Amino acid sequence: MSEDHHHRLPTTPVEARVEVLEALLIEKGILDAGTVDGLVEYYEHQVGPMNGAKVVARAWIDPDYCARLLADGTAAIAELGFGGVEGEHMVVLENTPQVHNVVVCTLCSCYPWPVLGLPPNWYKSPPYRSRMVREPRVVLAEMGCAVGDDVEIRVWDSSAEVRYLVLPMRPEAGEAVSETALADLVTRDSMIGVARL
Amino acid sequence: MGGLEDFGPVELEADEPVFHTDWERRAAGLKMAVWFGGHTSGRSRYCTERMDPGWYLVSPYYEHWVTATATELVEAGLITRQELADRLGSAFAVSRPDRAPRLTDPGPSSDRHRYAVGDEVRVRDFHTLGHTRAPRYVRGKRGTVVRLDGVFSLPDVHVHCDRRRDEPTYSVRFEASELWGAAGDPVHVDLWESYLEDAGE
Repeated sequence: MSEDHHHRLPTTPVEARVEVLEALLIEKGILDAGTVDGLVEYYEHQVGPMNGAKVVARAWIDPDYCARLLADGTAAIAELGFGGVEGEHMVVLENTPQVHNVVVCTLCSCYPWPVLGLPPNWYKSPPYRSRMVREPRVVLAEMGCAVGDDVEIRVWDSSAEVRYLVLPMRPEAGEAVSETALADLVTRDSMIGVARL
Repeated sequence: MGGLEDFGPVELEADEPVFHTDWERRAAGLKMAVWFGGHTSGRSRYCTERMDPGWYLVSPYYEHWVTATATELVEAGLITRQELADRLGSAFAVSRPDRAPRLTDPGPSSDRHRYAVGDEVRVRDFHTLGHTRAPRYVRGKRGTVVRLDGVFSLPDVHVHCDRRRDEPTYSVRFEASELWGAAGDPVHVDLWESYLEDAGE
């Protein structure tokens, strides 16, 4: 193997490489340690599927909001205070008794950060990215999401600038349930489209 | 990766944390800080794509972020491989070299959609050495425009050129029979206009 080849494969633990890169960037003034800490704190604790759940619950109880959400996802999501990087161009996909939507990024890992946070490992994994477009019904069943033969599965590969949020069907929970209680029913996976409520 | 076979089942993790280890946390934070700080040039994904394929497939996701960030900053001249190696005590693995030619002419920008919802289109069958967002599994395939999206910088150009080319984008629906030669469920793919041509007969 050429010397170049050795340089293209790691011989050191990733922990050491992260430490070296961070230290070098701080030394060069490219990076500020406090900025890194702040970003980590934000994406680890301040943003996540609880945001998307609020959007879904509002859409369930407010038909006008639901209409706005489906017409212009970015603007309607911003009404609840959510937006920003990886959520600048949102499209909301409505599940119905006839249609089940599911989202994938076959090229990499596109995901609507402001409403779902950072993606789980399986979403970024080769099995999900390779198979969801080819055999969605099989993959969904394997993931515990059985979809009836009379329901069309629509797969959405977010390969450009749009980021998708699935609007799951409202489960039977009685009419008197509060918006907050409804939000508690909404799971991350249901908003990616790999679970039904 | 769309349509590749034999990757096995999707492995789920109950109550998965946002980060599994502290290095993942630091890697994510440093990549975002470099990105949001304007130190990158929109080449991050292209840097990830040039990781050695065997390494790419078996390494954790945030290792891709560390590698892409280091590669992008080295290629931008902000840091050097020697500086990284000096601190690490051995070579710091980065992605493979950029083999695509630099573009001097970004080509014409457009802000008007050429196609309408319902139009039949075909994805051009092209194979570039450089970066593209046209997934391989739809190239050469016929589909139907289902949604007109915004006008965005074409990554195939801005990754390889000092200037950008803005183009309309679309969501295009492909039937399973067209993609895989068998009945199944449709797939919708978001595509820049220059990836598309008239479907013809």
